[in-house]
Amino acid sequence: MTKTFVIDGKTIPFEDGQTIMQAASAAGVYITHLCHNPQFTPHGSCKLCTVNVNGRNCSACTFPASEGQNVTNISKELNEDREKITQMLFVEGNHFCPSCEKTGNCQLQAVAYHLNMTDNHFPHFFENREVDASHPDVMIDHNRCIFCTLCVRASEQVDGKNVFAISGRGIDKRLVVNSPSGLLKDSALDVSDCAAHICPTGAILIKRTGYSVPIGQRIYDHAHIDAVALASEGEAHDH
Amino acid sequence: MQGKSELMTYFAQQLKVDIGCTRADGLVSLQSTSCTGMCDQGPAGLVNGYALTRLTPSRIDQIVDYVNRDIPLTQWEADLFHVDDNIIKRDLLLNEKPLKGQAISATFARGLRETLAEIELSGLRGRGGAGYTTAWKWTFCSEENATQRYVVCNADEGEPGTFKDRVLLNSYAESVFEGMTIAAAIVGATHGFLYLRGEYLHLLDKLESILAARRAANLLGCNILQKGVDFDIEICLGAGAYICGEESALIESLEGKAGIPRNRPPYPVTQGYLAKPTVVNNVETYVAAANIAIHGGAWFAKLGTAKSKGTKILSISGDCTARGIYEYAFGTTVNTILADCGASDVLGVQVGGPSGVFIANDEFERKIAFEDLATGGSFIIFNNTRSILDIVHNFSHFFAHESCGFCTPCRVGTSLLKKQVDKIVEGHGSAGDIVALEELCQLIKNYSHCGLGQTAANPVLSTLERYPEIYQAMLKKISYEPGFDLDKSLETARRMANRNDAAAHLAQVEN
Amino acid sequence: MTTKKVKVATVSLAGCFGCHMSFLDLDERLVDLVEHVQFDRSPLTDIEHCSDDCDIGLIEGGVCNSENVHVLREFRKQCKILVAVGACAINGGLPAMRNHISLEDCLNEAYMDGIGVENPQIPSDVELPLLLDKVHPLHEVVKIDYFLPGCPPSADVFWAFLTDLLAGREPALPYELIHFD
Repeated sequence: MTKTFVIDGKTIPFEDGQTIMQAASAAGVYITHLCHNPQFTPHGSCKLCTVNVNGRNCSACTFPASEGQNVTNISKELNEDREKITQMLFVEGNHFCPSCEKTGNCQLQAVAYHLNMTDNHFPHFFENREVDASHPDVMIDHNRCIFCTLCVRASEQVDGKNVFAISGRGIDKRLVVNSPSGLLKDSALDVSDCAAHICPTGAILIKRTGYSVPIGQRIYDHAHIDAVALASEGEAHDH
Repeated sequence: MQGKSELMTYFAQQLKVDIGCTRADGLVSLQSTSCTGMCDQGPAGLVNGYALTRLTPSRIDQIVDYVNRDIPLTQWEADLFHVDDNIIKRDLLLNEKPLKGQAISATFARGLRETLAEIELSGLRGRGGAGYTTAWKWTFCSEENATQRYVVCNADEGEPGTFKDRVLLNSYAESVFEGMTIAAAIVGATHGFLYLRGEYLHLLDKLESILAARRAANLLGCNILQKGVDFDIEICLGAGAYICGEESALIESLEGKAGIPRNRPPYPVTQGYLAKPTVVNNVETYVAAANIAIHGGAWFAKLGTAKSKGTKILSISGDCTARGIYEYAFGTTVNTILADCGASDVLGVQVGGPSGVFIANDEFERKIAFEDLATGGSFIIFNNTRSILDIVHNFSHFFAHESCGFCTPCRVGTSLLKKQVDKIVEGHGSAGDIVALEELCQLIKNYSHCGLGQTAANPVLSTLERYPEIYQAMLKKISYEPGFDLDKSLETARRMANRNDAAAHLAQVEN
Repeated sequence: MTTKKVKVATVSLAGCFGCHMSFLDLDERLVDLVEHVQFDRSPLTDIEHCSDDCDIGLIEGGVCNSENVHVLREFRKQCKILVAVGACAINGGLPAMRNHISLEDCLNEAYMDGIGVENPQIPSDVELPLLLDKVHPLHEVVKIDYFLPGCPPSADVFWAFLTDLLAGREPALPYELIHFD
């Protein structure tokens, strides 16, 4: 017999070894997330996928599904807190959407829309962060990095290159590039690498492609992130 | 608490270097450090990793002279580095000085399974603070299907105000290693680690020589006491990160990675070091286990309370006449402890360090026990000359500094909390700021990845609950005030325009 | 709805007036709006100061200088409901992109040693507002009641928000109207 657990009253089948996120996606239930991508080892750091499992907060992307779990995914409290966590990401970096090439295709922005976020709530850090435009085809704008490590994992697990890492502690944490100069141009990154295309925000961009799709016709200008994520990731979870 | 800031200023003046900077000749740099585990003999510092204790202006003069003459550390006066044990009250554990090998022999004589049963009978729970039942941890680890297992001693004693592991490793190291060896024999581990906090570098040589002597005595290495058990212990030095006291971050660090707590499950007992089943216990837990192996579980369980058996070793510091190490049966009241250590006119006690709880002076009948005041051993006393908000201010900066930055709520939240506490403590808080403070605390507590974030708001939450009037008194009678200094933020423009007229200034609050 | 018209004041601080232009995109709906709304201090009216019984203040732009602080405080004092309109009001926006350059460097570049500067001097007339060392969003300086995101928020955003308020409903922007660009 298939094992099941319950999310917001809906029965979700799962197989041993699946996380709550995997089982939920496969069953068509969207759980907010940014650092998770079914292609890579779950990370559990953004905390947007926090769900309540039998009374306890857990990261759905790393927490194993088990028989009879009672999971709350959608509640006023969880969504308000997810909004605050998203606002934390917005004030930590320098996210000026109108001047960002990624606007409309940005998952950070789309999650904010999804959570009905209209402001940043907290005081801004306005940290001075660098832009690395040294590479001929790819650039890094550290102002927009949210430390999800998707590029780190993609480079390691798909490209087999280890181009990226996260260095430093606390609020001084930064994405670093594995090259003698620390610059992207001296790294092994190629424009065709998975790591160059995986960034959920506008921190890693492919040069000369930013406006090939006009603003107003981009992914999240018309589609909600829950539908987009389920369409692309639910399938990946099935395999 | 003992005049650190004045001494730091004096140090900077004498060395002729700014705090946080390196002197132009490159010979010396001066930095602030978090707690180095010398609260019983502070103010303390570290030079080239070695502890300096009982700093005074005259000792600082002496150090400055050595530095300026470029004298190697080995030729500095030994008293500068002298570390006292300061054991003031002994009970079950500290009274015992077992013979070398006694606990191991007793274990083999009784049998491994039988010794585990004694440890279960003793009711021993982890002494790092979380209090997981030791016998269960060992049992789960031994039941995992694996070819290799590990035993780790967590000596990354980083909780501000605690220093009992320093004393145990200085004077009871044999028992620590015996406890680890017994654990290894029971779970079937052949390799062990002592993860020693970097600030205890001064203990390293001594501990290495004890390990060497134990190998020579066949208490470590192959076929220990000819009983067919192989086990050896390696010492790994931490690099000063508080987070590495968290067991899974400690394991990451042992593996040579950055100290970032893992996602759990899996727990270390099933997948720990190199993904193998691993027992991680506190220094004091191993000492207790070694003594239980000798004297039996009942000997230990005769003291304590229903849920907290045996004794707890406390590191007592702050405003009292006798700072040092105190061993108490679980269930002892705070009042008893305060009387013993000569504390008077007490405002409150931080039990369990900043991640623990601040208790006020109408709660001193509360007891040290897992079911009441659970603690890893830090016990910091504050008298009525201290300010609650200064304490909270200090601790909120500590957590923002020590956050590993892995998860959003802790990475961003502890820094926001620091800002928000600063705003209130510096007198810029207005009506809504306490609500904002509490909301932020709950967010960090409920969503952080590990114990650091989950407890980082405790200093604020526990004082907000007990002293709401102190916070309220800091608030302006206005609805809102900026969190930054408006007039100061015009300073650059004023200077460059060479202006100082009335319009070149801004009041912080609208008149 | 009561016969007394709702008083609305608007201003642009460190903004580009783009939000005001977008407001004017209400086009013929403006006619409906003025049935219920009377404009107070606003670039649309040229009234210089808010009267003390304004109901709604719409503020575009962040806070970049001392004058912005004074104006923002006037709005907070005189308006019952204060609304941050557009990206710059909400997070500092494009003007805040100077925040990672020191003000000293900014002023030197603009007035002292930048390319094409003649007769270099830092303007020092007492009539001129001084620049803050950083550009701040409104909510860091005064309490803000509502936020209308967008660069600019579309006319539909203004319409949805104001019609909610006028009808006595708690304003809530539907998903389709929340955009940060």
